[in-house]
Amino acid sequence: MSWEAVIGLETHAQLRTQSKIFSGAATAFGAEPNRQACAVDIALPGVLPVLNREAVACAIKFGLAVGAAIAPRSIFARKNYFYPDLPKGYQISQFELPVVSGGGLTIRVGEQEKFVHLTRAHLEEDAGKSLHEDFHGKTGIDLNRAGTPLLEIVTEPDMCSSAEAVAYAKALHSLVTWIGICDGNMQEGSFRCDANVSVRRVGAPLGTRREIKNLNSFRFLQAAIDYEIQWQINEIEEGRKIQQATVLWNPDSGETRAMRSKEDAHDYRYFPDPDLLPLEIAPAWIDEVKASLPELPQAMKARLASDHGLSPYDAATLTATRATANYFEDCVAAAGRENAKTCANWVMGELSARLNREDLDFVAVPLAPTLLAGIVRRIADNTLSNKLAREVFDALWAGEGKDADAVIEARGLKQISDSGAIEALIDAVLAANPKSVEEFRAGKDKAFNALVGQVMKAAGGKANPRQVNDLLRRKLAG
Amino acid sequence: MINSSLKELSAALARKKTSAVELATLFLDRIEKLNPSLNAFVTTDREKALAMARVADASGKVGAGDTPLAGIPLAHKDIFMTSGWRTTCGSKMLSNFIAPYDATVVEKFKVAGMVTLGKLNMDEFAMGSSNETSFYGPVKNPWDTARVPGGSSGGSAAAVAARLAPAATGTDTGGSIRQPAALCGLTGLKPTYGVVSRYGMIAFASSLDQGGPMAKSAEDCALLLNTMAGFDPRDSTSLERPAEDYARDLEKPLQGLRIGLPKEFFGEGMDADVRAAVEAALAEYRKLGATMVEVNLPNSGLSVPAYYVIAPAEASSNLSRFDGVRYGHRAPDYADLDDMYSKSRAQGFGEEVKRRILIGTYVLSHGYYDAYYLQAQKIRRLIANDFVAAFKSCDVIMGPTAPSVAFRFGDKSADPVQMYLSDIYTIAVNLAGLPGMSIPCGFGNADMPVGLQIVGPWFGEAKMLNIAHRYQLVTDWHIRQPGGLP
Repeated sequence: MSWEAVIGLETHAQLRTQSKIFSGAATAFGAEPNRQACAVDIALPGVLPVLNREAVACAIKFGLAVGAAIAPRSIFARKNYFYPDLPKGYQISQFELPVVSGGGLTIRVGEQEKFVHLTRAHLEEDAGKSLHEDFHGKTGIDLNRAGTPLLEIVTEPDMCSSAEAVAYAKALHSLVTWIGICDGNMQEGSFRCDANVSVRRVGAPLGTRREIKNLNSFRFLQAAIDYEIQWQINEIEEGRKIQQATVLWNPDSGETRAMRSKEDAHDYRYFPDPDLLPLEIAPAWIDEVKASLPELPQAMKARLASDHGLSPYDAATLTATRATANYFEDCVAAAGRENAKTCANWVMGELSARLNREDLDFVAVPLAPTLLAGIVRRIADNTLSNKLAREVFDALWAGEGKDADAVIEARGLKQISDSGAIEALIDAVLAANPKSVEEFRAGKDKAFNALVGQVMKAAGGKANPRQVNDLLRRKLAG
Repeated sequence: MINSSLKELSAALARKKTSAVELATLFLDRIEKLNPSLNAFVTTDREKALAMARVADASGKVGAGDTPLAGIPLAHKDIFMTSGWRTTCGSKMLSNFIAPYDATVVEKFKVAGMVTLGKLNMDEFAMGSSNETSFYGPVKNPWDTARVPGGSSGGSAAAVAARLAPAATGTDTGGSIRQPAALCGLTGLKPTYGVVSRYGMIAFASSLDQGGPMAKSAEDCALLLNTMAGFDPRDSTSLERPAEDYARDLEKPLQGLRIGLPKEFFGEGMDADVRAAVEAALAEYRKLGATMVEVNLPNSGLSVPAYYVIAPAEASSNLSRFDGVRYGHRAPDYADLDDMYSKSRAQGFGEEVKRRILIGTYVLSHGYYDAYYLQAQKIRRLIANDFVAAFKSCDVIMGPTAPSVAFRFGDKSADPVQMYLSDIYTIAVNLAGLPGMSIPCGFGNADMPVGLQIVGPWFGEAKMLNIAHRYQLVTDWHIRQPGGLP
């Protein structure tokens, strides 16, 4: 019998608030160690937490975006354990009553769509960082991150492959950045995943799971799950039992390594935090947040497909991030709706490739959407061939010329679409290449392409390719 | 001057009969002379105190209508963070800890122009009823230095009783203002939970802790509470209510007052001398026009066990921050991280604190939480409901504050349960979040003071102060002072 994997993810999304979840200190990344840690963050005696409403608004936003229930009353609890970068000796989190429960996300792997159910999402504070380098056998503590608001998003064990897990993580990443509650920066740890993985024979009851902690790239997520699945299958096939454990992924060795087993798991002694009142969310607050929600990716995908006749694949690609979608929509607005398909091709093709090559993304495109729209318009009215359009694109990218028309003018790139002029060019080429003409007439199609090439060369690349094709065929036939 | 009420001191300052510097000097000199035998203060700083007094004298606040306490000295329980002052909470753990900020309460008194004389001794982390758990040694009861002053605000009670300060701050988690007030012959008020900000008050049991005034009279307490109370956005459990003048009803006659007497507070366990003094006080109230109503608090017998689940549970978590990593005591030698934690905490905390951390950790542990913590929370609600029902037939509840007068050092310290029972009448009030007071109502065995407890409904402080004040107009227990002191 074959094996199947059962995977659930827990994702920590750092919320984009100005200040921390329980203090007024700033949350910006990269400050000097301990410069963004106030009395509350370093847990001086006597300090008390005060909940940041902005963090709650982020949680409500998320709940609405995934169709979850927003709890009218949820409870903050203390999760007690000792660690040097956990200043209070407990983390304020939510345990029994989380702010968000249920809902889910649609993911797509190849042609297959799947709905991944969410168990819950709860608010909590991040810990600080222990710094082991540069301290010569000692440990440095940086509490800048302590108290940063997190939303921990937990799925049901709905996924059965690393591909599904990655598709879910990407869809979630896209959603939290789309609705603006997380900056999505995985390198800085703003979005990190823990994967619970178990394997079983198809149809058998659930196996024992191991949790892979702190995966901060989609690549690691994929590799770690793949490794873990295979490792668990091997263990069982060799007659060993899987022990519940927390493991770490080592990207250098490409292996997971156990951190702690179930026996030495912490007893966190959760109890309601007596310093904080229950979090009450009135329907009016939910309505207010709802009104501030942007169009969600699923809805926008459907709209783009129906408005512009885009394929589901194209619509999904264009709505992969809100920045991409915004860019596309701005481009269409400037180029005209009738040119939406061309806009889509350029955004997904030339522009995406260029951004990739230069390690940029749609958040900061050097080429304004109106400039790309200018190119699209000149393609539509036959002023530019695709080849010339790419030249204009390169020029505008390099900052040359104020728009497409200026570049066309300055470089003399206007496409030759005058039949008379093209015919004259063709006649000259046919006269100069009798051998190719003969070969074509003998049935060699390659010869035709060679002749087209000659005509284009004679035109300095500016002749309208379709016209060249048509006229050449007519001449050769005649 | 050392026996003057706050109102009298305020008037003397306003009429320039004295100055803040003169008053501060008077009390600082007494502290210097008497504190070695009483051990009420753990930290004094003459220069700092006099500097504050000079600021007060120059500020224009003295004699101003909205700052009636300006220029008057007071002392803070060492549980309140006091910027620039060592703040120890009675523990070795914080023996070198200089507070970098002011508690809200401290800040409010500072803004009011009051002068800080020093920091007052207390049971370690407010855990104790006799002041014997302080790392800085026990406080002596000024009425008899062989006896305890009560706790945990024992330093506050002894200091005011010995006239080392006109007034002091205290905190009350299970009786820590009322019981020492009773044992030292003072008036002390624990307000409704949420009336006084807990910001900067080192947490023992967050859902029970409440700061309050300790002074010679109800009138003094009312004036102090006017400054202490108020909504604080830095404390999420602070209540957002309009400011009130707690002295507004002081003079109201008590005709028609209904005093509830829970039979649970008058059963076995109370010493005869305490009973006699309390009953004499009730007789006085009848003369003032009050009627007595019998009420029931059927679950009050469960308050001590429920308290000793909830308070240690919260404490075990609240005290986790004292780990030797960022501040406080760190063991000089350790092998690794776990060793650093256990040695630092083993050395920094005393026996009673460790006992409560152990109890609290146990009751919150997986598999025990439901049986202990959740169960105790249910009992807590029942106790609160009992009071709500009782207040349907009475305006306030009265009874003894403590079952006996001040006991001798060592009498109860060997038996934690006996010690815990010292708070049998006060603990239910904290569990229900109600305001509670203790006022002096006579003397018992060995001529030691006895306290009468007054418990009001939520936000009943002004009424309770009125009830206490009218009694103090016709009795003089509250102005008696310990003999044998200069």
